[in-house]
Amino acid sequence: MSESTTAATTGSAGTAKASGASGAGSATGRGRRARARVRPPRRAAAYTVAAAAAGGLLLLALPFYLDRFWLQAGLLAMAAAIGAIGLNLLTGATGQLSLGHSFFLAVGAYGYCVLAGDTGGELTGLGLPGWLAVTGAVALAGAAGGLFSPIAGRLRGAYLGIATLALVFIGQHVLLNAHDLTGGYNGRPVPPLSLLGITFDDTETVVAAVPFQSMEKLWYAGLVLLAVCAFFAHGVLRDRPGRALNAIRDHRIAAGVMGVPVARQRAGVFVLSSMYAGLAGVLLALVFQQTVPEYFGIVLALEYLAMIVIGGLGSVSGAVTGAVFVTLLPQILTRYSEALPLVSAPGTGGVAPGEMSRYLYGAAIVAIVLFLPGGLVRLAARRGHTKKDEA
Amino acid sequence: MTTFVELLLSGLSIGSVYALIALGFVIIFKATEVVNFAHASLLLAGGYLTAVLRDDIGFWAALLVGVAGAAAVGALVEFLVIRRYRGHDHSVLAIVTIGVDIVLVTELTRQIGARVLPMGDPWGAQVLTLGSVSIPQTRVAAFVTAALIIGAFLLAFRFTSWGVAMRAVAEHPETAALMGIRLGRVSSSAWAVAGALATVAALFLTVFPTPGLERGTSLVALKAFPAAILGGLDSTTGALVGGLVIGVTQSMAAGYQSDLTFLGRGIGDLAPYLVMLLVLLVRPAGLFGTRELSRV
Repeated sequence: MSESTTAATTGSAGTAKASGASGAGSATGRGRRARARVRPPRRAAAYTVAAAAAGGLLLLALPFYLDRFWLQAGLLAMAAAIGAIGLNLLTGATGQLSLGHSFFLAVGAYGYCVLAGDTGGELTGLGLPGWLAVTGAVALAGAAGGLFSPIAGRLRGAYLGIATLALVFIGQHVLLNAHDLTGGYNGRPVPPLSLLGITFDDTETVVAAVPFQSMEKLWYAGLVLLAVCAFFAHGVLRDRPGRALNAIRDHRIAAGVMGVPVARQRAGVFVLSSMYAGLAGVLLALVFQQTVPEYFGIVLALEYLAMIVIGGLGSVSGAVTGAVFVTLLPQILTRYSEALPLVSAPGTGGVAPGEMSRYLYGAAIVAIVLFLPGGLVRLAARRGHTKKDEA
Repeated sequence: MTTFVELLLSGLSIGSVYALIALGFVIIFKATEVVNFAHASLLLAGGYLTAVLRDDIGFWAALLVGVAGAAAVGALVEFLVIRRYRGHDHSVLAIVTIGVDIVLVTELTRQIGARVLPMGDPWGAQVLTLGSVSIPQTRVAAFVTAALIIGAFLLAFRFTSWGVAMRAVAEHPETAALMGIRLGRVSSSAWAVAGALATVAALFLTVFPTPGLERGTSLVALKAFPAAILGGLDSTTGALVGGLVIGVTQSMAAGYQSDLTFLGRGIGDLAPYLVMLLVLLVRPAGLFGTRELSRV
């Protein structure tokens, strides 16, 4: 505890001097702003805008060129990115560990199915219109997070991590037992989303001589959702709430003394992160077209933690980078398993692609925390920095 | 009544096994302030070594090798990973142990595959009968062994110089270091002890009535986390009480499952977590944990 006090004070001293270059450890919004001021403003801004525009155009054009496999992989990465942004608000920015993220993903996914699905056979569904079902699913996930707030507000760090472990097991229990809502072990089919007159299913619509099926259409929905989520989280982190959250992470008592309502902020960020997870769950469900309980287990929760640690704790870009890395890794390994050494097809006794990717991201977590605090995003930033210094 | 007593005894026995795991968890936390999420993988490693070697060198030798192996893995993790961390945030270090856990568990479950490895223990499926109450011998052995080990450990903690060093480090690491206690040694010994305890627990988690060690065993081990949290992460007493509470709850919930059908099937596996949540609602630091006195 005393050590973290010194860390916090040196951190603020470093940024107060606005030397900014080394950033004094913690990636607070203040530190980043100070750094932005040092940089020659116009050229840097123009450069960033150009890069973002090029990247955006590329993402918009991809459905015209990629096949279904890669589009699905990309969509999974987008959904994961939304969930990871939420987790990064909680774990990265506030220092509250959560192993229960997969529970809230499940609430979102199944919530959407129940709200949008029709009653038929064993399953109950409300048959609501698409936009209402999505909003409702996100609100449900938020409400579930709110119900947990007596615990989320009081516990900190790793204690909360173990407490949230309970959520995963409760989730699995409910998913397997509430047959009429969840369909039990085999899960339930996901009703396709229809929004603004577009149905995101496999009926073909031809756009510029390219047949658009569910993945192509969902790709754009995913992009919009991700952009909105990233923008919102960026705003949260950069302004008053973000400062308060970082203060709670760096020194809880000092934050309380300065007037930050610690328990309320912790509970609030927990709810927000659950809502992000809920939305990610909806998108995942739409991509998979069938929700199964097995998917939303402890392994998934660990994957999300891996994402934010590998990408970079406490930032939106870190969450997105990590999500892309962790999601695409097994897909790439599966696709090219024949060409890669050490990897063999599942069931042949060798190292299966799924296992290989777990080795890789498990090791990546360890290596990054030990040797590259700040994650892959920090690596890119550092690279950019040295280049500028040379120029 | 007979059912109740049987369930209670079997709950106490399985609870003492959870207490062994939770104790290791608490020792690591006290010595290094790290919440060790890799604990389940230490357990799996020890159990796997024992199960694989017992055909070649016999059960007792295999158990010894398993204990030593898991202790070595624990010490190695401490030496290669925990010691290299230069930051201050112990939450981040907890995430590192998750990374370690992912790698170790993936490798071990790959080795185990779909097999169920029997432990080959001397107790087998024999049942001890006292009056109308009958209980598997393995359960009795588990309780006695756990009680002996925990007792020995608590004595060592109080009276040996290792125990004093350990407690001093838990109290105040800097001062302990200034007094000539080697922090590195204390923390690797804590990890080694935790690994050894976990192996003994692995043995009793996989003997009769369970068929043997399988890939799901690490999930069973996860139930010791609520035991440690429920008792209070920094309290050895808490680990014992927490373990017993979890064990008895689980055994009761599973035993009276037919009366609890409205809660769905498999409520026994869920019960430990529900108890933990209830306790945390009332006492956020656990039953015996040090309460934080900083209120603002």
